[in-house]
Amino acid sequence: MSLLHLVILSPFILAIFIPLFYKSFRNIHTGWFVLPLPIILFAYFTQFFTGVSSGNAYFYSFNWIPSLGINFDVYVDGLGLLFALLITGIGSLVVLYSIYYLSKTKEALHSFYVYLLLFMGAMLGVVLSDNLIVLYSFWELTSLSSFLLIGYWYEREKSRYGAQKSMLITVSGGLAMLAGVVLLYLMGGTFSVRELIANLDIITASELFIPALILILFGAFTKSAQFPFHIWLPDAMEAPTPVSAYLHSATMVKAGIYLLARLSPIFADHVVWFVLVSSVGIVTLFWGSFSAVKQTDLKGILAFSTISQLGLITSLIGVGSAALYYDFLDDNIYIVAITAAVFHLINHATFKGSLFMVVGIIDHETGTRDIRKLGGLMSLMPITFTLALIGCFSMAGLPPFNGFLSKEMFFTGMVNVTKMDIYNLETWGLLFPVLAWIASVFTFVYSMVIVFKTFTGKYQPEKLEKKPHEAPIGMLISPIILASLVVIFGLFPNLLSHSIIEPAMASIAPRLLGPGEQFYVHIYHWHGFNTELFMTLGVIGVGILLFLTLQKWSSIYNVFPKELTLNNFYDKGIVGIDRSSNKLMKLFMTGFIRDYLVIIFAFFGALMLSTLFIKDGFVADFSDTAPIGVYEVILSIVMVIGAATTLFARSRLTAIISLGVVGYTLSLFFVLFRAPDLALTQLVVETVSVALFLLCFYYLPELKKKSKRLKFRLTNLIIAVMAGTTVTLFGISANSTRLFDSISEFFIEASYKEAGGKNMVNVILADFRGFDTMFEVVVLGIAAFGVYAMIRLRIRGNDR
Amino acid sequence: MEILMSIVAGILVTAAVYLMLSRSILRIIIGTGLLSHGAHLLLLTMGGLKRGTVPLLGEDASSYTDPLPQALILTAIVISFAITSFFLVLAYRAYQELGTDDMDKLRGNENND
Repeated sequence: MSLLHLVILSPFILAIFIPLFYKSFRNIHTGWFVLPLPIILFAYFTQFFTGVSSGNAYFYSFNWIPSLGINFDVYVDGLGLLFALLITGIGSLVVLYSIYYLSKTKEALHSFYVYLLLFMGAMLGVVLSDNLIVLYSFWELTSLSSFLLIGYWYEREKSRYGAQKSMLITVSGGLAMLAGVVLLYLMGGTFSVRELIANLDIITASELFIPALILILFGAFTKSAQFPFHIWLPDAMEAPTPVSAYLHSATMVKAGIYLLARLSPIFADHVVWFVLVSSVGIVTLFWGSFSAVKQTDLKGILAFSTISQLGLITSLIGVGSAALYYDFLDDNIYIVAITAAVFHLINHATFKGSLFMVVGIIDHETGTRDIRKLGGLMSLMPITFTLALIGCFSMAGLPPFNGFLSKEMFFTGMVNVTKMDIYNLETWGLLFPVLAWIASVFTFVYSMVIVFKTFTGKYQPEKLEKKPHEAPIGMLISPIILASLVVIFGLFPNLLSHSIIEPAMASIAPRLLGPGEQFYVHIYHWHGFNTELFMTLGVIGVGILLFLTLQKWSSIYNVFPKELTLNNFYDKGIVGIDRSSNKLMKLFMTGFIRDYLVIIFAFFGALMLSTLFIKDGFVADFSDTAPIGVYEVILSIVMVIGAATTLFARSRLTAIISLGVVGYTLSLFFVLFRAPDLALTQLVVETVSVALFLLCFYYLPELKKKSKRLKFRLTNLIIAVMAGTTVTLFGISANSTRLFDSISEFFIEASYKEAGGKNMVNVILADFRGFDTMFEVVVLGIAAFGVYAMIRLRIRGNDR
Repeated sequence: MEILMSIVAGILVTAAVYLMLSRSILRIIIGTGLLSHGAHLLLLTMGGLKRGTVPLLGEDASSYTDPLPQALILTAIVISFAITSFFLVLAYRAYQELGTDDMDKLRGNENND
């Protein structure tokens, strides 16, 4: 176990002690005990910078279940390091923010920080694991801790609803991903990502390749809230705002993106990957930005904005996979898409994290997040306003912030799609830049809505629960740091390019690099007058126009009937599954014992008869049968008449006596078939049984008239005849196929020589097979005790 | 002979299953009784019929009937007797406590299904 293993596990270890700190130090906010850990981890991860940026990677192995090929292998390369830095860096800021956001006295802080630490550890595990099963374990742990965090205020119904919804959707995706991982193992023979990449030619040749690809994409899309699985994310906004900032903008929702990027070297060559990833991404981008405009809740806008931006990154990864098709590094214009994906991933984490914190501050200071109630807060909350302005302008893609740079590169990537000569893109490639442009216009509109509807316009103090004022400084530190990063990365983007973007790209597309080669990324502010610049100018122009006329056209959102929304389908689906399973249960769990017996008999009858006929198993061989004598025929007739009489008997006495007739005839059969012991026992037992039946005759009421419903009796008759026929057919077939001789020669030989008895049946019962007899005695004893207990032990009326 | 006995056993099972599907407890128990008779008859038949004398060594015969199925049936008879008597007392007690022998009424109420 290396230090890196301990680093991944350290949040779990700290989580154990958090309740202890919470109980012992009630005066100190529990968050202070948590805060040092992510800071230390962040500092620890920065030391990998030099090694990773010069193209190295770090690998440490630790055996977990080596016999199944499951090892806790950690692997730090550019991509893993980028995510680890995001997780620990934003994690520190979120913990700091939460210390001021959550009340020391009113909230259950120990649960909050335990869940948060679980999440942090799980997320580190996801991004640093090399083994796919370990990755999957951590992946599910992120789902679980996210579920706990969304339902943190569990007394609210909407929290519980949101938590359940996110759990159902992400876990179903996670299970699909597990199936995909298993398929990968079947193809490549290993769970290790790096070894799978090494065995790439075997995997791509396999017919399981496409199913594995689709299953893994399903997992990634549900986690990263891609269309149509994005519906859980807006409902996850019921979580406390630090959670939304951390999980649902910067880290967990990017786990799916991470998976796409990590497995790109395996799958990205295939056309299905390109089509699915890029088109799902672009649809999500468009739908998210379009839906965000109609939201009235600030966190709702940010949720749809997150969905839209995740779609942007996904589509870039999809388009970037085309770079692998043009299998060389120089003049490969599609590499820009990968660069843009990585760069925007960082940018989105910075501005979206700060925006969520800003919204949290507004909520905290005014008591509402509804933009219809807010307005005119600019002079009251100047610092918050500045932060919101920076974040939103960056999100809208305005210079000089980092969002501008990544959006320009995004446009470049999308415009390049039209130049591709593969996958029939000449015909439908144009859709990419068009949809991207429209989505950017909506992005611009909702970004402006956040800033200007909240901070400018009419101040409505009567609608607010509290008197608004600037937030305490502690709450502002984290968003200020993030907003400064937005500005710094905007002004000096090349700080990132060599240190982290290039190594991350090397992990996404390792095949493009020859030995010793490196990607070279240099981000410019000014590209000259090209298509992208005009697209941006168009976005700003049309965006401003749309924002100013928002009132006039917002009615188009009502065109969609409510019944056709995805949420409605989800809710109907959940209710429908519940109802239909209930109906199904009611259908056969009737509570009538007869119905269950009908099912059991019908099932066995159908199974056995169909087996008999499908396997052609029915044999009737008369050569080895004993001759039929007169006595047996007479006894058979008596027995059949006895059995029939029990069926038609109107009185209890007739039924009991006919049962006795069958029993005594059976003992006569035993006499005829040379079984004296059986005949004796049967006589005695039948006598006692009949006596017992007569006891019941005395105490039980007269038999009911038979059921009037003919259909009912007909069903019973059919089932009964089927059971009888099955027994007869199997009896005849079994009797006609004797595969080997009886073992009874041994008993005949040995019963006197070895056991000293001449009655073979008794010798078998007491000597050769004495255990049977012992437990048969036990059965009799238990029955006797049971009878005794039933008669004697009675709960008196009052005790019931 | 074995064919005939198989048919008789089948008829016993038919009657038993039909009785077990009825509403009265007594009929159901009579059905289980018939079912065990059918099973014992079938066991004996499957062991082969009339293939020698009674399985007692003093008989001095050249061949004996297979003793093993007989031992099995003897065990089965005792066990089914134990079960039947237990069932009968159970039916008696159920009728005493619940006041009905109708299986359709013995299904709990809507609250505990």
